[in-house]
Amino acid sequence: MGRTLSQKIWDHHVVRSGNDLPDLLYIDLHLIHEVTSPQAFDGLRLNGRKVRRPDLTVATEDHNVPTENIDQPIEDEVSLKQIQTLRNNADEFGITNYPMGDPNQGIVHVIGPELGLTQPGMTVVCGDSHTSTHGAFGALAFGIGTSEVEHVLATQTLPQPKQETMSITINGQLPSGSSAKDVVLAVLAEVGTGGGIGAIAEFRGPVVESLSMEGRMTLCNMAIEFGAKAGLIAPDEITYEYLKGREHSPKDDQWQKAIRFWDGLRTDPDAVFDREIILDGGMITPQVTWGTNPGQVIPVSGSVPGPDAFEDPAEQEAAQRALDYMGLTPGTKMSDVAVDTVFIGSCTNSRIEDLRSAAEVIKGKKVAKGVRTLVVPGSRKVKEIAEEEGLHEIFLESGFDWREPGCSMCLAMNPDKLTVGERSASTSNRNFEGRQGRGGRTHLVSPRVAAASAIAGYFATPEEL
Amino acid sequence: MKPVTIIEGTAVPLDRSDVDTDQIIPSDWLKRVEKTGFEKGLFSEWRDDKNFILNNEDYAGACILIAGPNFGTGSSREHAVWAIQQAGFDAVISPRFGPIFKNNATKNGLVPIEIDSHLGNQLLHEVGQNPDLHFVIDIAQRSVEVPQLGLAIEFELEGSVQDRFLKGLDDISITLNNVEAIKDFETSRGEWLPSQNSI
Ligand code: SF4
Repeated sequence: MGRTLSQKIWDHHVVRSGNDLPDLLYIDLHLIHEVTSPQAFDGLRLNGRKVRRPDLTVATEDHNVPTENIDQPIEDEVSLKQIQTLRNNADEFGITNYPMGDPNQGIVHVIGPELGLTQPGMTVVCGDSHTSTHGAFGALAFGIGTSEVEHVLATQTLPQPKQETMSITINGQLPSGSSAKDVVLAVLAEVGTGGGIGAIAEFRGPVVESLSMEGRMTLCNMAIEFGAKAGLIAPDEITYEYLKGREHSPKDDQWQKAIRFWDGLRTDPDAVFDREIILDGGMITPQVTWGTNPGQVIPVSGSVPGPDAFEDPAEQEAAQRALDYMGLTPGTKMSDVAVDTVFIGSCTNSRIEDLRSAAEVIKGKKVAKGVRTLVVPGSRKVKEIAEEEGLHEIFLESGFDWREPGCSMCLAMNPDKLTVGERSASTSNRNFEGRQGRGGRTHLVSPRVAAASAIAGYFATPEEL
Repeated sequence: MKPVTIIEGTAVPLDRSDVDTDQIIPSDWLKRVEKTGFEKGLFSEWRDDKNFILNNEDYAGACILIAGPNFGTGSSREHAVWAIQQAGFDAVISPRFGPIFKNNATKNGLVPIEIDSHLGNQLLHEVGQNPDLHFVIDIAQRSVEVPQLGLAIEFELEGSVQDRFLKGLDDISITLNNVEAIKDFETSRGEWLPSQNSI
């Protein structure tokens, strides 16, 4: 029987198997950031261990960094200490770090692909659940905890129990106003937050094949939101085109060799997946979350559901709690819900195409009165390109704040936070209670919907402006 | 990691589904560079509500946390596991765990016990009625017993994980026994693969 793409990559990285132990997988790239690494480095020191492959390890500062006045010392002392700890650890163990202000700095899942560090067929890990993003290149990429960070630092491997395989096929063609974000929100609406637990999901089908690399990254980014170990997409010409000429991409004859290898990274026609989901892309309109988990999704044109819309008692209860927290009444049309804040950023939607699509919507229009708006590019490179293209001027003229790169309001570890009861339209990936600040109410949307909602002052698609 | 063989004591019912790691430990707490001192951060945003179950004195001293399905989804923060342990819990029971949380738990000796959702509901209900129910979790037998209810539940635990619990083994030293295999593997990697030494 044939193998799926993820099985092929898996098999290719097995260092040791058998003896009733999980497979030991070799890790090709280990990305690090300030939040989940300090205790791992402490563990190494405590046991007198070194980093096995500093050359396969890359660090950056993203979760904590402020997005304003970055030439000044960080005001939050605890954040400052964490950043300083990363710098010291990188120095001590000989690891490349891209600090705040560096031309290569940015959200870890934005800079990996941007630098050509993420390539097809690789295993990529990071102490961050959205590592699934890198699966867009046909890599096996997954988030790990701090103990595992220490394990990879010390051994460049990870013991991993086998996973099931899941295929998510998006057929047809997306309507013109819909994006990769709407696709993944629609998948979440279909399978719920637990639908991918125990599996590696491969996204396939005409809609997926037609997405740009950036769209594919958005899709894979949120695979963890339905619980999948990883999400991935077979590499193709679009992948190769993106990779060509990047700093760490293979050059000359190595490029040819790599392509020959990459061409084999496809699911065999006779391979069988353990789980299969099929969606009609033609039906995927712009989506928005209404609740406090990313599976609570409706079309922007829809109305807030009541608990009775769910069969499962646990889901009913979750829905009621979500409604209370979000301050919403069942039956309210999303287009009648006012937004206080719009955040365009995060590893889901902060790449140049995201910024372009938002800028296109707001060009020549003004942000609605009283709406706070924030654009946080995913990396310094994205910021530079945007400025070369004059996108920052479009944002600034409309009334948006134009910030420095980082995770920012995606998780509210830096000063960018929602206050109690403040409602956001956010291009990030998690609408958990308090995720963007204590008591904050988050609605996840695409960059186009975020931009349109900033102008309208309530949830809207660009077509409605 | 210390060996974990038997866990005995009372439980607290956290009757909610989809308790993500942002709820278990909010992001403010992630700025710390230490591995200790997270107990106060556990569910800190819910703790302000005096009716929150963890504020209920009747359940003080419980060492088992029982929750609804999809416990520990979301962020990979291992701080969630540290916070739960440092607040005095040795095991968490739920019909389904977020995969990274579950993995993190096993690395620290916190036992994640997955049980059927009907049983899960039953336990939540029973413990909700009677805070003094006594639980015995036996790792070697992979069983949870609640004698007062006449319940004996078996749960799954991967063999290698069970072994690590019982012997208190450290994953890294197990892997380092394979250092020759790792070296061998390294000689066969594609030459085009990215490395910080090659630029
Ligand atoms: S942008 Fe948000 S989701 Fe992405 S790495 Fe940063 S904090 Fe995590």
